[in-house]
Amino acid sequence: MNGASNASDRLWMYATMVKSRHFEALIKPAYFEGKSPVFNMAKGPLPGEMHLSDGQEPCAVGVCAHLRPGDTITATHRPHHVAIAKGVDLDAMAAEIFGKASGLAGGRGGHMHLFDARVNFACSGIIAQGLGPAVGAALASKLRGDDTVAVAFLGEGAANQGAFHEALNLASVWKVPAVFVIEDNAYGISVSKRDCTAVERNADRAAAYSMPGHFVAGNDADAVHAIAGEAIARARRGEGPSLIEIETCRLEGHFMGDAEGYRPAGEVERLKARDPIPAYRARLLADGFEAIDLDRAEAEARAAVDAAFAFARAAAYPDPEEAFAHVFA
Amino acid sequence: MSSPDTATAVRPARRLTIARAIAEAIGQEMERDSDVLVMGEDIAKLGGVFGTTTGLLDRFGPERVRDTPISETAFIGAAVGLAASGMRPVVELMFVDFFGVCMDAIYNLAAKQSYFSGGQVTCPMVLMTSVGGGYGDAGQHSQALYATFGHLPGLKVVIPSNAHDAKGLMLAAIRDPNPVIFMYHKALQGMGWLGTVQRSITDAPEGDYVVPLGKAKCVREGEDVTVVGLGLSVHQALDAAGRLAEEGVSAEVIDLISIAPVDRETVRASVRRTGRLLVVDDDYLSYGVGAEIIASVCEAGIPLLVPPQRIAFPDIPVPFTPVMEHFVLPNADKVAAAVRQMMEVPN
Ligand SMILES: Cc1ncc(C[n+]2csc(CCOP(=O)(O)OP(=O)(O)O)c2C)c(N)n1
Ligand SMILES: [Mg+2]
Repeated sequence: MNGASNASDRLWMYATMVKSRHFEALIKPAYFEGKSPVFNMAKGPLPGEMHLSDGQEPCAVGVCAHLRPGDTITATHRPHHVAIAKGVDLDAMAAEIFGKASGLAGGRGGHMHLFDARVNFACSGIIAQGLGPAVGAALASKLRGDDTVAVAFLGEGAANQGAFHEALNLASVWKVPAVFVIEDNAYGISVSKRDCTAVERNADRAAAYSMPGHFVAGNDADAVHAIAGEAIARARRGEGPSLIEIETCRLEGHFMGDAEGYRPAGEVERLKARDPIPAYRARLLADGFEAIDLDRAEAEARAAVDAAFAFARAAAYPDPEEAFAHVFA
Repeated sequence: MSSPDTATAVRPARRLTIARAIAEAIGQEMERDSDVLVMGEDIAKLGGVFGTTTGLLDRFGPERVRDTPISETAFIGAAVGLAASGMRPVVELMFVDFFGVCMDAIYNLAAKQSYFSGGQVTCPMVLMTSVGGGYGDAGQHSQALYATFGHLPGLKVVIPSNAHDAKGLMLAAIRDPNPVIFMYHKALQGMGWLGTVQRSITDAPEGDYVVPLGKAKCVREGEDVTVVGLGLSVHQALDAAGRLAEEGVSAEVIDLISIAPVDRETVRASVRRTGRLLVVDDDYLSYGVGAEIIASVCEAGIPLLVPPQRIAFPDIPVPFTPVMEHFVLPNADKVAAAVRQMMEVPN
């Protein structure tokens, strides 16, 4: 698992990043439907907050390339890239975001509450809420004696939450197969990491919990792939948890409609110039991949997303009475 | 309680959103009292996700206007410590749904400081937060949870329905020696990115005034039925009352303003006259505000012409999809329909 990623993983990572980016490219115009000329978050086919992951795709694919359906992921309020990389049903995910009956939860959860038990994926709108459950899933794996792992994704802002520190300690004490993945996009809403974090590198915090702490620079899928492979293999071998901090970037606002007045001038342009997806394509071409193969993988990824959106748009809304179902099992 | 302000007679009426009213109140109190400081997530540079602290960083600087890490257990605990040390912290946690992560500091610490110390230690802090749904933000960003906080001894809990009350309540809350949970409803807040019930945007004196904690207000007089609401549901009750008037039904509307302490007498006095009681709120139904208000009236032995009724959010998590969410949320139609039914029963 160590070292450079193999060719099939690299092609998959590229295609999956394209898939995620295209998914969000289709969300953008859909989100603004019904919200103009006067923006009102309550209106249109996609009401509520919408947190996009543009720019953060390398984190998702570099980790998920090593995961199987039986492995668990707990993700955040910014879940699309991770859900797509984990293999969440794309049609049902799109339908959930559109609030349709054929959505993952029949429209009850929406974009911040995507659950696909088939691939053990869940996410949440409360910061750092997924870390405890990841430790639990990892303990279940250990008790059952299988070799599955649990991965908790979190933002760098969430690393200041008490639940982060408690979960790392617990995972370490119990020596469970958990991997904690920090996507450092430099901001928690408007507050920059610099202004609210006592360490420069969150990876350093791993030392406090006697686990390996890795820092991955450059928002680079291959680099994430290499480190994540090491941490996940270690977890599968029963050697315990790891922490990975990935330097990434958020190319959009915290949520759609964010005026982003807290960013220094020119920051978004600078980040967009280093968009990890075209950069990865260029790297693959330089490494001998054929453009035609990349184009084909890209076209397939886009087609799957187009089909998912067509499915979601055409799907029926649930019967309102369905609101009362599933409160209890 | 509004202090007479000579300028009010000549100045043109202002149109203040609840967000601006809150920010104005905090700013004025920070001018008046150097012990007042503000902290929370995104409250400094951003001015609050819901605009409650707009402009304060520029006026008062980063010592008194502090962005916090996402560390609620720590900073809300710190607010209790600040309060015990004689400061007057105003703390924001942007959604009431998030309080689960730091509840201990609120209900086992802030709420009990005075009692456990036999009155030696006070806890003059304000904890403000947004409540309510109706805009598709799903079940961890749309709850009201009034009753959860109203249930806990030692906490005062207020929720304004308009900008005038918001400003006066905030000034009263900051000056109060107790922890005050200050809830503002997202549908009334006046954010550019979310619709706002226009009636919540009101004039408010520019000067100093307080709206007392723990006092309800009759906001529309009527004879046939008493409709009690708080925050958003006051407006739903007023909308319904307007329609019912055209049908010849006269509804009195009471704005509770505060649920802890709760002004039982104002409600009882109204129901003594009307003989009918309907309570409307958007928190979960069971063990809620409606139950408490109805109990207050029944316990007083007030004769009722028809059984008291309540409209609330059913006992389910808030669903995301608008077809479900709007189906279960209270609204003016439901209020009017309930009143019509109460009027049909012959007395
Ligand atoms: C317990 C809790 N506190 C506050 C919030 C509000 N909130 C939502 S996202 C966010 C910032 C999160 O920052 P980070 O963890 O870096 O993730 P990012 O948004 O950058 O992906 C905050 C404060 C929340 N959802 N839950
Ligand atoms: Mg972040």
